[in-house]
Amino acid sequence: MMEKLFTRLFFGLVALFLATPLVVIAGVSINEKQSLTFPPEGFSLGWYAQIFTDEGWRSALFTSVLIALGAASLAVLIALPIGYALWRKTTVFGRIVQLLGVSPFVLPPVITALGALSFWATIGSYGAWYTVVISHAVFFTSLPLVTISLGFSTIDREVTEAASTMGADNRQILTTIVLPMIAPYIISGFAFAFVLSLNEYIVAYMTVGFTQVTVPIKIFNALRYGYTPTMASISVLFVAVAVVVFGLVARFGDLPRLLGAWSDGGQK
Amino acid sequence: MSAPARTNASGQAALAFPAVMLAAFFVVPFGLMIAVSFFSREQGGFYTPVLTTANYQRFLSWFFADILLFSVGLSALVSAVCLTIGAPFTYLLSRLPRRSQVPWLVAMMAVLSLSEVIIGFAWSTLLSRTAGLSNLFVAIGLMDGPEAWSPSFTAVLCGMVYQAFPYSILVLYPAFSRLDPSLSEAARTLGASPVRAFFNVIVPSLRNALVATFIIVFVFALGAYLLPQLLGRPQHWTLSVLITDQAVYQSNMPFAAAMAVFLVASSLILVLLSTMFGGRREAK
Amino acid sequence: MSTLDLVAVTKRYGDIVAVDDATLSVPPGSFVCLLGPSGCGKTTLLRIIAGLESASSGEVKFEGERIDATPVHRRDFGMVFQSLALFPHLSVRENIAYPLKIRGRGKAEREKRVAELLDLVRLPGVADRPITQLSGGQRQRVAIARALSVSPKLFLLDEPLSALDAKLREAMQVELRQLQERLGITTIVVTHDQREAMTMADAIVVMEGGRILQMDRPIDVYRKPASPFVADFLGQTNCLVAKPGKGGAEIAGGTIPGLQLGAGRREAEISVRPEDVVIRPAGDAPIPATVEFVRDMGSAVEIYLSTEAGRMIAQRASGHDALAVGDEVSLSIAPDAVVVFSEGVAR
Repeated sequence: MMEKLFTRLFFGLVALFLATPLVVIAGVSINEKQSLTFPPEGFSLGWYAQIFTDEGWRSALFTSVLIALGAASLAVLIALPIGYALWRKTTVFGRIVQLLGVSPFVLPPVITALGALSFWATIGSYGAWYTVVISHAVFFTSLPLVTISLGFSTIDREVTEAASTMGADNRQILTTIVLPMIAPYIISGFAFAFVLSLNEYIVAYMTVGFTQVTVPIKIFNALRYGYTPTMASISVLFVAVAVVVFGLVARFGDLPRLLGAWSDGGQK
Repeated sequence: MSAPARTNASGQAALAFPAVMLAAFFVVPFGLMIAVSFFSREQGGFYTPVLTTANYQRFLSWFFADILLFSVGLSALVSAVCLTIGAPFTYLLSRLPRRSQVPWLVAMMAVLSLSEVIIGFAWSTLLSRTAGLSNLFVAIGLMDGPEAWSPSFTAVLCGMVYQAFPYSILVLYPAFSRLDPSLSEAARTLGASPVRAFFNVIVPSLRNALVATFIIVFVFALGAYLLPQLLGRPQHWTLSVLITDQAVYQSNMPFAAAMAVFLVASSLILVLLSTMFGGRREAK
Repeated sequence: MSTLDLVAVTKRYGDIVAVDDATLSVPPGSFVCLLGPSGCGKTTLLRIIAGLESASSGEVKFEGERIDATPVHRRDFGMVFQSLALFPHLSVRENIAYPLKIRGRGKAEREKRVAELLDLVRLPGVADRPITQLSGGQRQRVAIARALSVSPKLFLLDEPLSALDAKLREAMQVELRQLQERLGITTIVVTHDQREAMTMADAIVVMEGGRILQMDRPIDVYRKPASPFVADFLGQTNCLVAKPGKGGAEIAGGTIPGLQLGAGRREAEISVRPEDVVIRPAGDAPIPATVEFVRDMGSAVEIYLSTEAGRMIAQRASGHDALAVGDEVSLSIAPDAVVVFSEGVAR
């Protein structure tokens, strides 16, 4: 009994710690006046409308979403062949490419950002829209790589052999068995990379900071040069997007499994 | 040629595209950054390819030694706090039925994915005079008037723990969820209390995973580039903040690159150390 | 003409020889079991026949023509895997229709065939269920139906029943055999379970260490094993060393009157099945023994006996006088029940 109470209390405190900052900005975002006050004075959803009516915020959101869609797609295109090749046969070269795919995410983000800045500046593409898409894709490749590798590991070799005894050639096995079976893992990897790219600041700033404005860049500028409640409402929107996306991943996939739990661990 | 051999060949050909992409847009930029760290600064531009070690010499001063020491100390503190709360939390979480774990995992993923900008903004608001927590304390009579708690060292620490905590949970999660539940049950049947079972049985059996996690979270915290700037005073700036500052605001790419190389080197050594402790598996 | 012929098939993995010079011919419509302990090369041999592995040397012929170079997906064989290898992302119907779909058959034909097959394996009404919602026995039937859906030229099964519990396994053995007889399809099954092989097969191929030791009708493999290993692997046996003696053969501490070991042999290894060891009162028969343990299994009783030649096992129907541990008895063995191995005595 004591034990249960303790667990509840502990979980409650952690939840409080995680939720409080978000509750405060949610509160700020429904302020009626353009002032940073909490508890909110009055109630208005105007600052949410502002995200879409204000030219600056709308285009920042649009830019961010486009970049994230492009980067997440490219990240999946980079990760998928690595997972496939390693599933087929583990080679030293395959391992090296895998390591390169994972490294950018483990290193401090400033490193990737600075590397990208040096590179794009040197080849003269500094500020071009595609630079951030490519750099984000490389930065976040490790996410689809982890989920897709996990997906491949769920395909028992006998399953593809069975398909071949039934008359399927390699291409048919790939399209009718392998891809459908790892599709949920590709989608989760895409979702992870999408949400992280949406939120990423430093790489975006060092590649296209002077030509494009993404939502994190715009929030940062607002933070430095003048408060507006729209930054609160769009932050809440971003939290909501993350919760919805990961919630969907959990709804249609096995989130504990994706995050590294054994498949059969206490499944009820 | 036999059928199995042919399929192997086509599997390896798939590596071409990712290998080219990662080489061109990760390895080359990374190498270039190292090269730039040995080049001279050019006013108004990025760099001129004239070899120099001045960037590294400048780095070897007390000012930067101080910053390095502060960065390392702060990151170690953040990692320690995350682990102290995170290890028992992850343990209890992994004992829940899967269905109940999911909302927590979704929450962790969501917070982890939040932009440092948003986390910084949220915490600076939470600790501000006009919209912060102190207003709440005033309202319930604990304080006389609202106070600004940010910028301060505590604010930096809170923000960074907030950012790193979900990360530490997700790094610990595989090890804890794969732990044999009968382990603590065995300890319990031998008469140990839950708390004692946790410290005498669980912690030692996951010692390697815990050490590895400490280092991984430490490196993660070392990478925070905005929170010390948004929530702290200049004396709370870390190496990552300084690199960003030099690269973007001082336009001194070579010096920023030199510091970045140093940061990578120290991170890599630590990551290598963590893999030596081995408790880490491939997933995450 | 036989359906399948293997000629001197050998498979090496580096220094390891998984299949060693296997020569075999399978008559049309027959049911053959590859039987042996794990690691004996039986699964590798089946995979070579299927085309999933290629032999290092030797020939694989189907209806007289070499098929070594034909890739798996062009062989038109049906195979059931040990893990069953059902496609988890497809329904029962889609699993069974998969081979038809790959061959571009129309929807109407596929539907008709799925219904027929589900009938055949006695699984009506589950067509639209996902694979994950089936029981072990149901999955088994789906895997069999799927492998049969294009009427394969050869039906291969790799330990197909190993995941089932004992009772269901026995029932499935009978069902599988009846199914095969009805379809008249040439079938090769890999198994390590001798009861399973005895139940289903027209012919049993006993393998050990990559080599084929014997291929015969089940009763012949049982009654006339080619080597002590085969005798021991199929059911229980008493392996003894015998020497020529007056009026028969001698074993340690006893005789088997009338047993001829063959001209000029000074000793030979022999095998006697437990049911051929007859227990008599002490002194009535030529081999004295003491009862060590009695294992009453209801339908039959096994008696473990200690003799000078070592432990022997006798089996008899229940209903005889009860024997107790420590009883002194004597044993007799009829010479025509003894198998005399031609190879020398292994020491």
